[in-house]
Order: sequence, then C-alpha cells, then structure tokens
Amino acid sequence: MSVTGLVREKKPVGWNRPPHIEPDGEGELLEVAMGPHHPSTHGVFRMDVALDAERVIRLKPVFGYLHRNHEKIAEGISYLASMPYTDRLDYICPITNNWAYALAVEKLAGQEVPERAEYLRVILGELTRIQNHASSIGFLIQEMGASGTPLMYAFREREKILDLFEELTGARMMVNYMRFGGCRVDASPAWLDRTRKVVAGLPEFVDEFERLLTGNEILMARTQGVGVLKAALAVNAGVTGPMLRASGVDYDIRKVDGYGIYNRFKFRVPLGDHGDVYDRFMIRFLEIRESIAILEQALKDIPGGPVMDPKAKIRGFRPKPGEAYGRIEAPKGELGFYLISDGGPNPYRYRVRPPSLINLTVLEDMCLGHDIADVVLIFGSVDIVLGEVDR
Amino acid sequence: MKTVEEIKAAIEAAVPNAGVEIVANPSVSGQHSLRLRPSHALAVARFLRDDEELKLDFLSNVTGVDWPDKQVAEKVKVTRTVTKTVDGVEQAVEETVEETQKRVEPGHLEVVYHLYSAAKKHGPVILRMRTVNRTDQVELPSLTPLWRSAEFQEREVFDLYGVVFTGHPDLRRLLMWDAFKDHPMRRDYREPDDFEYEPTAHDEVLKRAQTHWAENPSWPVAGTAGAAPAGGREKSGAGQ
Repeated sequence: MSVTGLVREKKPVGWNRPPHIEPDGEGELLEVAMGPHHPSTHGVFRMDVALDAERVIRLKPVFGYLHRNHEKIAEGISYLASMPYTDRLDYICPITNNWAYALAVEKLAGQEVPERAEYLRVILGELTRIQNHASSIGFLIQEMGASGTPLMYAFREREKILDLFEELTGARMMVNYMRFGGCRVDASPAWLDRTRKVVAGLPEFVDEFERLLTGNEILMARTQGVGVLKAALAVNAGVTGPMLRASGVDYDIRKVDGYGIYNRFKFRVPLGDHGDVYDRFMIRFLEIRESIAILEQALKDIPGGPVMDPKAKIRGFRPKPGEAYGRIEAPKGELGFYLISDGGPNPYRYRVRPPSLINLTVLEDMCLGHDIADVVLIFGSVDIVLGEVDR
Repeated sequence: MKTVEEIKAAIEAAVPNAGVEIVANPSVSGQHSLRLRPSHALAVARFLRDDEELKLDFLSNVTGVDWPDKQVAEKVKVTRTVTKTVDGVEQAVEETVEETQKRVEPGHLEVVYHLYSAAKKHGPVILRMRTVNRTDQVELPSLTPLWRSAEFQEREVFDLYGVVFTGHPDLRRLLMWDAFKDHPMRRDYREPDDFEYEPTAHDEVLKRAQTHWAENPSWPVAGTAGAAPAGGREKSGAGQ
C-alpha cells in the first residue's frame, strides 16, 4: 500500500518531464522519507523516495522546513534594512547575496558605484566563490564516505578566507558589507597585502586537493555516469551555475551581462562534457582556478579612491516608482533580485530568485533509475543551501 | 536584441489577436514588459521560445505581485437640481458642482516572467499576466509545459499568492504545509492568532484574538460551546 501516493501517480508525458519508470514487478515497493534530518541534506529538507529494491522509482522533494517568508519581511522594512538579512539566504556565500541585492537596487535607483568599490566587490565575490566551491567539493566527498580528510582540507582554506572577511567587515559570515552605491568600509593596504598572500597560496592548495581527489578510483567509480543531466533539459529547467556549465552550456552571467567590471578581466568559462556528478565536481575545481586568475588581476589593478558614491543617499532612501531585475553569477547559480518600488521607503515587491531551489527542479530526473546511495551524491553535486531554498 | 516594440510587432505577426500590451517601466532600469492576454499566453510564449531570432529558451524568474483593491479619489462635475429662494419665490435651479467621489478600483493578482536566451545570450524579456480579481477568478495558464523552470516557481506563486495555474502538472503548496488555508504574501494577509502554538494562550494572543473576533462576528467566540481553545493545534493556520 502506498502511504504518500507516490507510487500510483501517473505523470504527464513530455520531453522535459521525468520519465515514468515501472517497477519490475518482483516484491513490494518501499517508500522512504529521506530527511528532514538526513545528514546529507545540508539542513532540513526531505525527499520522499519510492524504491524498487534499491532502484529509485519516484522522488519528490519536500520544501518549507526553513521557510520564514524572507520576502514578506523585506516588504515591511526599508531597502537598506534587508541588506543584513540577505546574508542569511545563502549563508555560505553572504557577499554575493549582498552584491545581487545591491545591484538590483542600484539598477532601480540608477546609482553609480565607484571603481575601487567595484574592485573590492570582485575580490570578495571571487574569494567567496573559491571557498564555496572548495567546501561544496568537500561536502560531496564527505557524503560519499571519505569521512573528514577532504572536507578538512577545504575548511582549512576556507578559514583563511573567512579570516580576511572578518578583518575587513567584522564578521566571518554575516558580513553586511555592501551598500547601494558602494561598500561599507574601505580595505586597508595591509588587508590587501594579506589577501595577496592568501591568493598566492591558493594554487598550491588546489593542486594538492586535486591530487588527493580527481584520480581517485572509488570517486570515479561512484560519480562517473551518475546523475546525467542533458544540456537541453538543463536550460529548459532553468538550471544555472556550475551545474549548467557541467552539462556543456556556455552560460556564465559574468560573461553574458558583464555586470560590475567583469569584462575587464581575462578568464575562461570551463565546460563539462557529460553532465554527470564527476563533471560537476571537476567544473568546481576549474572554476576555482579561474577565480584565482581574476583575483590576481583585480589585486594588481585595484585603484585608490572612495568606496562609496558621495551622492548616495543612506537615510530617507526612496527610489522612484518602477521596477528592476538584477542578477549576478553567484557561486550556486543565477541569483536575482526583482524589486518593485511605489516611491515609498519600503520595496512594494521584493523577490529573490533562488538558484538553489530552481536547480533542484531536475533532481527527480537525475535520480530516477539510480540506486538510493547515488541520490546522496547527486543531491550533493547540486550544491544547495536550505536558507536560500526555503527563504 | 529587439526592443519591446519590435517584439510586440513580431508577436502580433505570428499570433493573431494576441492583444499584447506594452507596460512601460518609469524606472532608470528601462526594463519594459509585455502584458499578455491569458487566453493567448501559451501561444505567445511558445512563439517567443521557438522563434529563431528571439530563442528565449531560458525562463529565469517567475513571481507574483498582489495589487489589492485601491480607493481612488476623483473630482467629478455633477449637475443637480436645487431648490433655491430667488426674489422670495422658491425655484428649481440647475447647478453644476465639483465633487470628490471615491471609487474602488478592483484589485488583481499579477504574475511576472523573466525570460532570457541561453543560446543567443540576450534578455530579459518580461511577460506579465493578470487575473480577473483576487477572490474567485484567479486562474492563469501555466507556462510549465514550455519551460520546466516554472514548475517550482509557479507552485510557490500558487502557495503564497493563490494564483491557480491551469495546466500545471503538479500544483501543490511548495513552502507552506498542505493544510494551510491562506496565502501569506498577499498584502491583506493577517497571521492567525495561534500561529505559534502555546498550551495556554497568554494575554497578547488573547488580545489579538479579540480584535479578530470583533472583525468577524461569524466566528465562534472563546468561552462558548463549540469554540476551539485559543491555542488549539488543529486550528493552526486554518484560523482565517
């Protein structure tokens, strides 16, 4: 008997729908609720899975355990007051959340950002990307069963970057750093020197980390050919970030929109061939290397000057009526903010386009037909944070 | 990338009677949008996705906006007959007076789609659709059959705003639990008194509950037979 009704449900047919898999008829189906407190779910998230022996027949993600209606709260407070709250969306990379929100408001109000602030944004954003990718690789390997070591390698490097954040902004994770029209505080020359030192040490870490993992036989056996996502479905399902590029679609918003000053830097967009878990894992390695290249250029060229637009209004900030959608390439994918202003001090509509939630749209498609042990890996390779999924 | 006017012309050439309107955006962002007629929305969206020049294959963002009933004050000239005493004789005189009349503009729910092209790397093209009202005619066609990325986002709009998407393959609440009754992102939403369950209702909860009872005389009053205790679990979320 089906408890949740997962098994009997017939699905509509279409090329972009998950296929209907029939059980082989031997024995009974087993329904498992993976989560909400499963260690691999990075938080509180549930997958209702129907299994035929070990094979996944259906998978339904269940959301909302961490829902606090961030959007409603933001509509009740002023524009600037939401800035610290965006840190709590994707709490692994607060800088990029700040950036996306600041970018959307700057589009709405037509504000300029001084050049030094743009450079600082790029430096901090790329440091965030490195620490996110490193720790997401670490988490993935941890869930595969390599307990501890790779994750600790990643966290050792992440600590160095978080120390830089703490020195500059006062907080390791809840940074609250950006403002509409610039950044909150300037970086001292000593901080820039320390950052250069950390960045100079990063290639060595990536080499070491890669030596430890990429050629590993068990890792290859577990991840190659698992959770394949085709390029056409990835685009249709709105998948963004490293996951989209692992499927071979050349779409990086840093290149496409060239927001901020990204068109000044030379960097490549790594692409995958197969779109499986291994590709997603490798893409993150390659992106760390490209981020290091961007950081080296930005730290070399950073000019002097103010970090806040002197004309920017902090108090009594009321953008003219209208709307704007601003998006950036966050480490997890396209992070967008959609704002409608009615001329008041609060946004009339405040919407977060969460990459983590939308990347999970194809979770069922990737998992069907695989063993339940692979679900953990496929889920880990999507790289989500529940603070952003449920908002 | 074509301008909004050019896209509108292309749509009208491809889909007859599409009835696309341009919604101007006064902000500096300059992101103007196109309002679709719900009856033709699927055909227009299919054209936008498959057209060789536009190729908007990537639906990035789907979101709802609530526009509640609005009171509009208007100055209207009214002519009416007034009895006046002119030279000691009562006469009926026609008089034109300027009056402020209050009119209620009916509200609606709106859904906004942000489209990009991953193949051509341009965008955004913004589509909007409106429901007839906010209460019983809240159906809009779902674009999930065309873009899978709308699946969870339309579920979220259904959950938080109450827009019913016809043609959606799996329309359930996304973030709130299934037994929940209201739509929290609507602007007139009031959270239930017993939202945070406590075994005994304390003063603040009871005080808030009393104001709600005063507004809704049909609800059972606390202390009478048949009334649920103010902290009742099964009333959670269904209070409205």
